[in-house]
Amino acid sequence: MTSASTPANGGTIYHVKKGDRGTILDIAEFCLWYGAAQALFGVEMVVERGLVTALIGPSGCGKSTLLRSLNRMNDLIDGMTISGNVTLDNNNIYDPRADVIALRKRMGMVFQKPNPFPMSIFENVIYPLRVDGVRNKRLLEETAERSLKSAALWDEAKDRLHQSALGLSGGQQQRLCIARAIAGDPEVLLMDEPCSALDPISTARVEELIDELSGQYTIIIVTHNMQQAARVSDNTAFMYLGKLIEYGDTDEIFTNPKSRQTQDYVTGRFG
Amino acid sequence: MTVSYLNKTVAADAGQTMTMARKRVTDLSSQGEPFLWALGGALAFGCIMIVGFLVMVLWNGLSTFYPKSIAAVTLTNGEVIAGEPSRVERYKLAPDIAEQLPPKARAMVAADDGFALRTLYRTGNFDLYGDDFRWVPEHNVAKREYPNGLYFAERVEWGVFIGRIQGFEAGGAKKEAGNFAESEMRAAHAEARDRFHRIRNIEKDEIGSINHYLNKERLGLRGIELRNGIASPEYAAANEKFNARAQELQIRYDELAAEAKALRAEDAAQRVYLADIGGREKVLPLSTIVRLYAANDIGFFQKIGVYLSRWAEFLTEEPREANTEGGVLPAIFGTFAMTVLLVVAVAPFGVITALYLREYAKQGRTVAIVRVAVNNLAGVPSIVYGVFGLGFFAYILGGRIDRLFFSENLPNPTFGTGGLLWASLTLALLTVPVVIVATEEALAAVPRSMREGSLACGASKWQTITRIVLPRAMPGIMTGIILAMARGAGEVAPLMLVGVVKLAPELPVDGFFPFIHLERSFMHLGFHIFDVGFQSRNSEAGKPMVFVTTMLLICLIAAMNLAAIVIRNRMKRKFKGSQF
Repeated sequence: MTSASTPANGGTIYHVKKGDRGTILDIAEFCLWYGAAQALFGVEMVVERGLVTALIGPSGCGKSTLLRSLNRMNDLIDGMTISGNVTLDNNNIYDPRADVIALRKRMGMVFQKPNPFPMSIFENVIYPLRVDGVRNKRLLEETAERSLKSAALWDEAKDRLHQSALGLSGGQQQRLCIARAIAGDPEVLLMDEPCSALDPISTARVEELIDELSGQYTIIIVTHNMQQAARVSDNTAFMYLGKLIEYGDTDEIFTNPKSRQTQDYVTGRFG
Repeated sequence: MTVSYLNKTVAADAGQTMTMARKRVTDLSSQGEPFLWALGGALAFGCIMIVGFLVMVLWNGLSTFYPKSIAAVTLTNGEVIAGEPSRVERYKLAPDIAEQLPPKARAMVAADDGFALRTLYRTGNFDLYGDDFRWVPEHNVAKREYPNGLYFAERVEWGVFIGRIQGFEAGGAKKEAGNFAESEMRAAHAEARDRFHRIRNIEKDEIGSINHYLNKERLGLRGIELRNGIASPEYAAANEKFNARAQELQIRYDELAAEAKALRAEDAAQRVYLADIGGREKVLPLSTIVRLYAANDIGFFQKIGVYLSRWAEFLTEEPREANTEGGVLPAIFGTFAMTVLLVVAVAPFGVITALYLREYAKQGRTVAIVRVAVNNLAGVPSIVYGVFGLGFFAYILGGRIDRLFFSENLPNPTFGTGGLLWASLTLALLTVPVVIVATEEALAAVPRSMREGSLACGASKWQTITRIVLPRAMPGIMTGIILAMARGAGEVAPLMLVGVVKLAPELPVDGFFPFIHLERSFMHLGFHIFDVGFQSRNSEAGKPMVFVTTMLLICLIAAMNLAAIVIRNRMKRKFKGSQF
């Protein structure tokens, strides 16, 4: 399936900051097509366990596609085909026998727009447990409290746990979605531009939250906002037109990029 | 190429504007004003028609039961008739008839270009006159008055009687008019009516239940005969038991029959002597008169009393007089039960179909063909569904059920003929496209972010559908069900083939096990309208009933829809304030 336009390791420059707990995800020669249109060209990258990895790049560069490939969210799109491998702890997630549901339980996801379900705050948070059929009331309550505290929403929400989640503000809703994502106790947290629909104050809170959660979870965050990437991430991957151009230590990427394209992008010459 | 073409036009335009700088005018049609008026006019026309229809139905429906005065009309030939004026009409006289009129009348007609007015009087007394109504041309009227003492009597048989009361007989003594107080007769009437109901109760309910048990025993015996053969010892034992039980029931029957006979004898002794305005006498058992009032004597509040008692009868009693009088309770009940069953059948069927089509089926040519077919189903004439329901549900399915479970009753069909269940299922088929289309649209309208959020939490597709998608789509699905209900409740044509009858002796719900009898035929308000309006002995007599029943049907459907809409809005409230 690899086409001529996707040379293996298409000239990506690497200078990755290593974590002390090894790697968790290994993306190898990953290509993706929406129908006839190719969106990803031979992406090769490893994600360090416990670190925050940011994906940056101009619109349409394939960063969201790459992120959504990691928990197979792209499966929902008709006519999507892939080649290459993604391994999570040495298990190929695109193996035909792989359990997609189990995979998604290991990978929490936060979306661009807050998408709380039309239920109470409590039910929203414990949704992953409900899905698993957990009925133990104490466990549910403890999980809800722990997750909401982790997502820094507990103080605001504790008195209205059983009111509709739709009554929360946008920023609160997004933190609720983060609480929901971590309630299922995942290993990896995928964030797809989690702050793009939020005001600056809410954005700051979510960024603080990412900081607090790093270490505990491996976080991969897609962002348009380069300052945000610089603030919250350990490693940054710069993508352009479906190719991974440069992947490495965030400080290096922003202060001393090795690639000309990266430099042009981070200095604001295009994008 | 396109670009260069565009550039050229732009350049040309620019040149034109610069050189000519002409004033651009907007003509009338592009202003849109006439179209706006046409659109508004069309809407207004539609609204006026709907409102006019509702006003007509409501006015006729509400005023029907209000007692009218009785006119006594003396004709020029000396004949006197009495009746409720029901409507006035202008009509053209045939020239030869106009010729033969007396000079004064002829002058009246000539002055009106050969037209004349005539009034339709409800004279009642069908048994005496052979007709309930009579047209009276205005030029034949010598005198019209509203005398006191004229009674309007609604009878169990032969429709109304309009005339005077000569006397009444109770306890063996006849009392002539003038020798008794009205209250005396009212008391006797109430007593007679009580007795009448008691007799009916015995004959219908108590003897009816004996017949029911006897029939059950007989069917049990027949079942044993079918299973074990008529020569078997089991049959002999069962037969003996049956005979003993039958004897027991027979004794009970004899007792009841004797009681009824005694009551009937008492009843026959209480009679009322009536006479029409011309003096022709009629003697009737007091109990056969349902309602009696002196139309020209009673005041407003008594009239309201009569009005309300007629409404009460209409809503809570069975029909009489070939449905043109009495109540419509069985029809109300039948319509309601059928609609509820229809919803119970159509909702899961339609929703499941739509779920598969939208969520699971591979979107391709087959699904597209299925969609077109579903939409086309909505356009099939409803009578075709009736034929299908009769053939498939009643004869094939019902016949099979009869052979399997009700073989002892054969050749009498149990489920193998039209009935409540089959009618509901037929209407469910008729309305299922509505539910499918609405549900598909509601499912498609659930935001993608909801599904993705759920799937990302590790929910399976099925969990996502049941926990997130379906609750979110529920208001839309309810809209579909409401539309289906409205369509189904108003449908009559297919019902005539699959179980609706003119007069259903038994409601589908009674005190005998299993209490709900889905195999029974039933009455329906829509069919009732058709039957009363077009199939009765005297369509003029049925006309008021048509309006009242129409009003009731509209109200019933409106009430059921309203209930469904309230439920839907309650669901919608859950999603208020959501921004996706």
